[in-house]
Amino acid sequence: MSRSRPALAASPTSPLDHHVLPWLLAVALATAGPHAAHLPIWLSVLFVTALLWRAWIWRRRVLLPPRWLLALLILGTTSGIGWQFRSLFGKDAGVAMLVVFMALKPLETRSRRDALMIIMLGFFLLLTHYFYSQSIPTGLWLLAACTLLTATLIRLHGGGPSIPETLRHAGLLMLQALPFMLILYLLFPRVSGPLWGLPQDAYSGLSGLSHEMAPGSISNLIQSGAIAFRSQFAGEVPEKAELYWRGPVFDEYDGMTWRARKRPPGEPPGQPVIEASGPGHAYTTILEPHNERWLLALDLPMRLPADSALAPTFEVLAREPVRVRSRFSFVSSVDYHANRAETPETLRESLAVPADINPRARALANTWRGQSTAAVAETVLHMFREQDFRYTLRPPLLGAHPVDEFLFETRRGFCEHYASAFVFLMRAAGVPARVVAGYQGGEINPIDGYLIVRQSDAHAWAEIWVANEGWTRVDPTAAVAPSRIEQGITAALPAGEPLPGIIRLDAGWLRGLRHRWEATNNAWNQWVLGYNPQRQREVLSRIGVPDPDWRQMAALLAALCALTLLLVAVWARPPRRREDPVELAWRRYCSRLARLGLGRAEWEGPLDFAERVAREEPRLAAVTGEAARCYAELRYGRNGADQLARLRRCLRELPSYRRKTF
Amino acid sequence: MQPSAGHSRVSEILAAANAVILGKPTQTRLALCCLLAQGHLLIEDLPGVGKTTLAHTLARLLGFHFSRIQFTSDMLPADILGVSIFDRERGCFRFLPGPVFSQVLLADEINRATPKTQSALLEAMEEGQVTTEGETRPLPEPFFVIATQNPSTQVGTFPLPESQLDRFLLRIEIGYPDRNAERLLLESGGRREQLPGITARLAAGEFTGLQKEVAGVYASHPLLDYVQLLVEATRQDQRFVHGLSPRAALSLVSAARAWAFAAGRDMILPEDVQAVLPAVSRHRLRLVSGGQASAEDIDTLVRSLPLP
Repeated sequence: MSRSRPALAASPTSPLDHHVLPWLLAVALATAGPHAAHLPIWLSVLFVTALLWRAWIWRRRVLLPPRWLLALLILGTTSGIGWQFRSLFGKDAGVAMLVVFMALKPLETRSRRDALMIIMLGFFLLLTHYFYSQSIPTGLWLLAACTLLTATLIRLHGGGPSIPETLRHAGLLMLQALPFMLILYLLFPRVSGPLWGLPQDAYSGLSGLSHEMAPGSISNLIQSGAIAFRSQFAGEVPEKAELYWRGPVFDEYDGMTWRARKRPPGEPPGQPVIEASGPGHAYTTILEPHNERWLLALDLPMRLPADSALAPTFEVLAREPVRVRSRFSFVSSVDYHANRAETPETLRESLAVPADINPRARALANTWRGQSTAAVAETVLHMFREQDFRYTLRPPLLGAHPVDEFLFETRRGFCEHYASAFVFLMRAAGVPARVVAGYQGGEINPIDGYLIVRQSDAHAWAEIWVANEGWTRVDPTAAVAPSRIEQGITAALPAGEPLPGIIRLDAGWLRGLRHRWEATNNAWNQWVLGYNPQRQREVLSRIGVPDPDWRQMAALLAALCALTLLLVAVWARPPRRREDPVELAWRRYCSRLARLGLGRAEWEGPLDFAERVAREEPRLAAVTGEAARCYAELRYGRNGADQLARLRRCLRELPSYRRKTF
Repeated sequence: MQPSAGHSRVSEILAAANAVILGKPTQTRLALCCLLAQGHLLIEDLPGVGKTTLAHTLARLLGFHFSRIQFTSDMLPADILGVSIFDRERGCFRFLPGPVFSQVLLADEINRATPKTQSALLEAMEEGQVTTEGETRPLPEPFFVIATQNPSTQVGTFPLPESQLDRFLLRIEIGYPDRNAERLLLESGGRREQLPGITARLAAGEFTGLQKEVAGVYASHPLLDYVQLLVEATRQDQRFVHGLSPRAALSLVSAARAWAFAAGRDMILPEDVQAVLPAVSRHRLRLVSGGQASAEDIDTLVRSLPLP
């Protein structure tokens, strides 16, 4: 007997069904729990304690805490949040307050109204997670939490005989909402930029190349497996050894750190002149935000994206620092001459070395003066190759004369050491040279064909100016560790080096899994996170609404929503009672009589109905009696196949709108 | 749907009964249907509305051997079942069968007897046999109990417990006669005098044949759906303490079979179920607010359930 089933019409103040409370606690855990990652620890402890306390009260059926205790708790936690965040408003403090509400509300929950409050709060809390993360796992988690909230609502209203049944029902409702979500997502007018102002520190966590290069700056970066950018080539991908992605160029050295030279105001900016030959490689880059202006084009670009310019040192610079994931299209050629006619100022600056630093290196370089540029470069590379130089992420620390110590003592270093030492020697020998930072190589994801370049592909190399040739790339690291250029960082370093696990993976299935995951992320980035007004216009013009104004958008939105609503309604309609021709004929007969004012009550049996009709309208007695007997025989009798024709004949004998007389 | 020979016999009996019991065609038909469905009948009403007359008339019309017991508060089980007495001539105990050893037992004013005596009937009604002094004796075939009782609000009654009430297939009320019937009654005199003049309309064994025909009345799937719907509705209805038991559901189908047979049909219709439902269910459903379900309660229930 299901006498305990709560009535649907229960009032909001009626007491809460005992069995709903665990659902509410699960809702609290699912919607507020993940915030523990960025809340102060005392708040997380408070949250868990409050939920456990409520579960204990539920289990033992003891009394809820008194109101004054709850008042004290809320006062204490509020001042705690105020003290911790110096405010009760703003993103972090606001979220913390919501979590406190979610922790304490169950402790005073006794009616259905309270339960509804918890569910509404849960729906609101779902949204706040997107302040912190917009990744796929977050999306999936919130989807599951949303399903749980819906299931709790169903449970609260007495629905669902069992837990799997309730969850199934909730899942079904979510599925029904899916088309609306897609329509609103695709068509709701987009604004550029975020809807709410993000806090000041929003970009501090972004990693990437920096404005200067000191020993250790790149080897630190390299330990991150994070993706720097993805590129999709329209045609053939160039050889791995050609994949030099240009970042900042450093042409000023103070003995320890390389920087980009600040041009004095009077100096005319040099014009970058690129004479490219051979076919260009067209590609599109999806750049992760790094809060800098350089766009990391492949050396050297022939065509630039809109809103960007080529610096005198050939790096492509955007107008504004890149703070959101963005797409850029380039055409580059790997076969080029760069600035065969370089300004004298630039050449002069490219020879500058600080005085009284690295005397031994300078003395060595002096012995090469007078030789041709190519010969000097080859001498140094020969030295790196033939002497006992090693490529490692963990070089010994260097002192006041870093190049001397590196060249003559430690001989252990990373790309930045080699590039730095090489450029220093070149300049000391009278060859214009500079350091270029950027990325080298990358890995093709076979799933979607994108070339993925990670922070671990960060690299530094050298550029020397050769008469009649222009600026020419020389990569001293290639002399020491050729495999770094040909196969990538993993191959070049011994197993003990501190590389991120993600790029070390070379077991087949793990690698496949990683590729798949990154391809999924890429699609998510482009279609979900990167769905901006421009992309929306593209989608709209593809479905035949090019360049719509807001009225057309609203009309389209409304029309599609209405259509979907109709489809969902048709789909969710309870199945028709029976396609049985007998039932159909009888229903028609009864509805025809109903139009004559002789409707059959739903509980009324056929013969009783016929008897009543005979009393109220004797002219219809015979035909209705016949119809009712036929129907009774067909539906409740053992056989009577031939009665259907008779029943239909009765139907035809009834007066209809066409034949008004009888 | 050709009227069978059996059906015309039933009509004949009903016509004869209605000549004695004036103005109560539904009650006589229900009473006959109860016997056709092989069930025991309980007639409950105020004294003097013709309960005993109805029981007598039926037994005589059907040609049954019947005996009648007037229940009183000092009655003992042996008064119903029979006793063993010592036979001096043969030198052994001999069983003297009580009134229960008959085809129809008219138990008049059953709720005036003590619970102990009432329950002596229990085994007889359920099993068709009687156990006294360790010996089990079968009762004749067919065996019916037609019990009458006064409303329990009357003085000097022991209400039948629910378990015992459940053993009666139908319970009917007779009610006051309408104006015309009462006038006819007053003009023609009391009915009791007519009883000895009633002759049996059925030959011996014929009734058993009718019962077999009734049992063969067809209950289709949609109809059983409807019965289940009704029974489930009584179980979920907040007004009743309990819903109908599976035995009550079986009773409902059997009674509806007999009703359909009496109407000359070989299949049950929802109308048949609705017709017998009050008689089957009212004595089995106790209201939360106290007392038994009224005819209106059952009517509301029926009207809330569309035919499946």
